[in-house]
Amino acid sequence: MITAGIDMGSRSVKVVLLEELDVNGAPQLKYGVKKAYIMMPGDMDQDVAAEKAYDEALAEAGLKREDVSAVFATGAGRKQVAFAKEGVTEMTAGAKGAVFMYPAARTVVDVGAEEGRGMKTDAEGKAIDFAGNEKCAAGAGSFAEAMSRALQMSLKEFGEASLQSDKSIPMNAQCTVFAESEVVSLIHSSTPKNDIAKAVLDAVASRVCAMVRRVGIEGEVVLIGGMVHNAGFVSSLKNAMGVDTISLPDMPEYISALGCAMIAAERQH
Amino acid sequence: MIANYGYKDGSGEYYISIDTDKCIDCAAERACLTACPKQMFEIIEDDYDDQVAWIKKPNCRTLAYDCADCKPSSGYTSLPCITACTPGAIKHSW
Repeated sequence: MITAGIDMGSRSVKVVLLEELDVNGAPQLKYGVKKAYIMMPGDMDQDVAAEKAYDEALAEAGLKREDVSAVFATGAGRKQVAFAKEGVTEMTAGAKGAVFMYPAARTVVDVGAEEGRGMKTDAEGKAIDFAGNEKCAAGAGSFAEAMSRALQMSLKEFGEASLQSDKSIPMNAQCTVFAESEVVSLIHSSTPKNDIAKAVLDAVASRVCAMVRRVGIEGEVVLIGGMVHNAGFVSSLKNAMGVDTISLPDMPEYISALGCAMIAAERQH
Repeated sequence: MIANYGYKDGSGEYYISIDTDKCIDCAAERACLTACPKQMFEIIEDDYDDQVAWIKKPNCRTLAYDCADCKPSSGYTSLPCITACTPGAIKHSW
């Protein structure tokens, strides 16, 4: 049986085509990923983007729509996936996928482009506690992106630059708009770019950490979402949370789509 | 599940927590829906097919203002939503 999970994020569409295998034994051998596909829709309408990403993923996997038993959607734009049988929240999908990848994970931190959130999960990957920030982007990837733009750096350079700094400059502004003016002030006061980059990523990490602390830090901590690719942020988050290790999946942006496809598979039985 | 709806901004942390395990079999006949003067609560079917209360999306971004009228500074000694929710599923962080 093949199921599909589509994660309609604010910046990208992720599709995971999952095959349920007839294997007895370790639960992690129960599924095989047929295809993980990502598309940046740009200014395309979300419903059109969902159709296009799904069709492209199917084509790359050599499958047809009728080969897929169920399509489930998650993410901020999940309601735009008209052909999805059901929608699940980002919390449910993220926790499911993270625990599948890391069975000891009990704290899942999801930081994407638009929103960051912290979740506590049980051994089955069911979210038992969650907190996000529904108001602003200051604890998410788009904040870091806006600040890297102000420093005329790519996000990758921005993350690497922050690792070169050992200074802690507090950023007081809670809002992206005001934070940008704080960054401009730091630039004018000739603060090295490395230090500014660290200050920004420390600020994002501190906001994310505040959400995670609401649910409590317990067991193995897994970070999912696009911000995993930012090494500077990962380092800042470890410091903020006071943990030695954070598990980082190889393809972190697909974890919610994976969880969504797993839930789709479970609900077909 | 403890679902925290709300946000943290420069002025503070504003979350309403709903313990969905206490909410599923509501003994208060969903009194939160009518108790809230701003009608912020809504019953939804969650990802586990349970009927639970949540905070309407637009209100999640304006809790500090929406709840201000029910806080002690406005003359209330207890919050109407918390009082109405006899199973004790609702909590405010501020």
